[in-house]
Amino acid sequence: MKISTREELEARRQEYKQALNSQYKQILICAGTGCVAGGSLEIYARMQELIEAKGLKCSVRLEKEPHEPSIGLKKSGCHGFCEMGPLLRIEPMGWLYIKVKVDDCEEILEKSILADEVIDRLVYKDKDGNAYQKQEEIPFYKQQTRVALEHCGHINAESIKEYIAVGGYSALAKALFDMTSEEIVDEITESSLRGRGGGGFPTGRKWAQVLRQTEPTKYVVCNGDEGDPGAFMDRSMMEGDPHRVIEGMIIAGVATKATHGYIYVRAEYPLAVARLQRAIEQAEEYGLLGENILGSGFDFDLRISQGAGAFVCGEGSALTASIEGNRGMPRVKPPRTVEKGLFEKPTVLNNVETYCNVPPIINKGAKWYATMGPENNHGTKAFALTGNVQNTGLIEVPMGTTLREVIFDIGGGVKGGNFKAVQIGGPSGGCLCINATEDHLDMNLDFDSLKKVGAMIGSGGLVVMNDKSCMVEVARFFMNFTQNESCGKCVPCREGTKRMLELLTDIVEGRGTLEHIDMLEELAQTISATALCGLGKTAASPVVSTLKYFRDEYIAHVVDKKCPAGQCKALISLQIDPELCKGCSKCARMCPVGAISGEIKSPFKIDQTKCIKCGACRDGCNFHAVKEV
Amino acid sequence: MLTQDEMNKMDAIMQSHEYQQTAVIAILQEVQKEYRYLPEDALCYIAKGLKLSEAKVYGVATFYENFSLEPKGKYVIKCCDGTACHVRGSIPILEEFRKQLGVSEKKPTTDDMLFTVETVSCLGACGLAPVCTVNDVVHAAMTTKKAADLIKQLKEEAANEN
Repeated sequence: MKISTREELEARRQEYKQALNSQYKQILICAGTGCVAGGSLEIYARMQELIEAKGLKCSVRLEKEPHEPSIGLKKSGCHGFCEMGPLLRIEPMGWLYIKVKVDDCEEILEKSILADEVIDRLVYKDKDGNAYQKQEEIPFYKQQTRVALEHCGHINAESIKEYIAVGGYSALAKALFDMTSEEIVDEITESSLRGRGGGGFPTGRKWAQVLRQTEPTKYVVCNGDEGDPGAFMDRSMMEGDPHRVIEGMIIAGVATKATHGYIYVRAEYPLAVARLQRAIEQAEEYGLLGENILGSGFDFDLRISQGAGAFVCGEGSALTASIEGNRGMPRVKPPRTVEKGLFEKPTVLNNVETYCNVPPIINKGAKWYATMGPENNHGTKAFALTGNVQNTGLIEVPMGTTLREVIFDIGGGVKGGNFKAVQIGGPSGGCLCINATEDHLDMNLDFDSLKKVGAMIGSGGLVVMNDKSCMVEVARFFMNFTQNESCGKCVPCREGTKRMLELLTDIVEGRGTLEHIDMLEELAQTISATALCGLGKTAASPVVSTLKYFRDEYIAHVVDKKCPAGQCKALISLQIDPELCKGCSKCARMCPVGAISGEIKSPFKIDQTKCIKCGACRDGCNFHAVKEV
Repeated sequence: MLTQDEMNKMDAIMQSHEYQQTAVIAILQEVQKEYRYLPEDALCYIAKGLKLSEAKVYGVATFYENFSLEPKGKYVIKCCDGTACHVRGSIPILEEFRKQLGVSEKKPTTDDMLFTVETVSCLGACGLAPVCTVNDVVHAAMTTKKAADLIKQLKEEAANEN
């Protein structure tokens, strides 16, 4: 099976393409974590059973010869439209069926596979009732530009043959045979690709620094420790297009003359680990990893290293410490990772998405890449769009797309209330909002624009919040996270986050004073200035950012003892409006602590000393008589 | 004390990693899979096998959240409290699980060693928020009712096995 020359790779490509073309219909069933949870694997099994029961040829993998016409059935990576899962795509028509059930399989096979009829009931409809048959026409997809996610959902995520058929490993061949290390680094530098993990450091510059090191042993490390709550771009790429990650990493190896690679994946992503492991084995079998790749004389080996649940391991020096089998604690820099990284050797450390951008840049050139996004912020960025938004899922847009386009055009608007804010960049980021003095909706999403307003792209989590979200509680939530994840090595982060969390807890529980707010600001400054690593330096960002844009909410909590969003339990009380109450006694029956009493057909009352503010009465009342005050 | 069988199992795990000291995290993961936690004797045995100090192995085992030095229940329920799940109401679901099983943050495991309830910062299934996992199987779009039903179903499943 080993491919030993570039020519042989091209010959194989033609062969696999032919095999792919002989599949007159292809059924791509999303096998990302989201759709698997919705039962997509059962749909896959049922489909296979049905096709075979009909006596039709069903190709679950690409066969060499003969290329008999068949129906291709495959598990694809994440399509991104997780809200609508399980998803099923039919090629060559490009139809997308949503919320598919096992019971739908028979009809799909009869009508859409054996005939060319689209099933209206299964296509996506927007809130105005317009139906969209083709995936690319759905507003959620239409405005996206997919580069890193190009293959996710469109090829079999477990097949190296399909990856090769759609052009996979051609960038590697080009890097190995047509370019010198310096030329690859120059191409990446010229593309102005910046690290997609959060910091936005120019990738080309990083690679050039590693290439300059004279040490013979060097490492290429991929940071797949996507610990930001609310982000799953990297997970989807590792699950949906694992070979793309591997190809990007080998090219980084060629560019920096490094011959060993590690992919660090968090243990919470078991499917990503499995897919990557399989992809590495396939690449080794095909001679695309290992010794003398494609006969070029270049060697590269790759291993997976699994995390064990520590957010701080997303920080470079903590990550390398973890791969070495130590406690994942950051160290003082310099020396930097490019000089002394993994096992004290020069190391290229990039994020999953960064590596996914490398093959297209090598293939199509830096000039093509520069056509997308504003100056110095070229290319695209994947975002995980979640929270109170109609269409949650994974998206990829050119850098510089506005927040409005992302939330309202792609995301389909806010769910359950009006737009209030977007939390971007996870626990290290800030929020974007719309209020009397600020309007961030028309701001460009790119590294430099976000920095100006005190937020950051981070890894790309976009959590939309409606007006029922309390921003003080959101700040407390993030501080709780950071405090939990602080490794404890440096005092500012270890003690500072703890004190900040106590202050925030006081505020949401009604014990806050104006001094609390002053103290929060003072601590925020101190921690940012003195903490050892990125986690600590940015730990206060959510607090600083919410204080900047939602100061009035903090004031309402500490001065008026009110939570304007009605979220902080200690600051609300539930009362029954006697005008609206019909005296049906439903609330009294639902109350878990027996705090509600009254006589049938006359207004009921809540005993505030007993009430635990669970809200069961409010949610259950048919007449909306229970109010928060 | 470890039985001979247990020692053999751990030797096999360490052997598959060529007794490499750098593989200690992976080895601990695999040992934990066997026991559902890391017994003290096992940590000492691994330290000896890898020629590391017991303090070092203990240090690694206590640093990472995935490792537990306490025995866990047969069903480990992980409630996601990532940002997306949090804003879509993950806390009432966590509270429902705890209420159903009579456990708390301080005492996460039921006395019959059947259930452990814990929170996890993000499972990366944000599109389906709020989510939880039971022994790594994802349950999407949870509600308090679904949580109660899930517990009932798992209890029945466990009863049928005995």
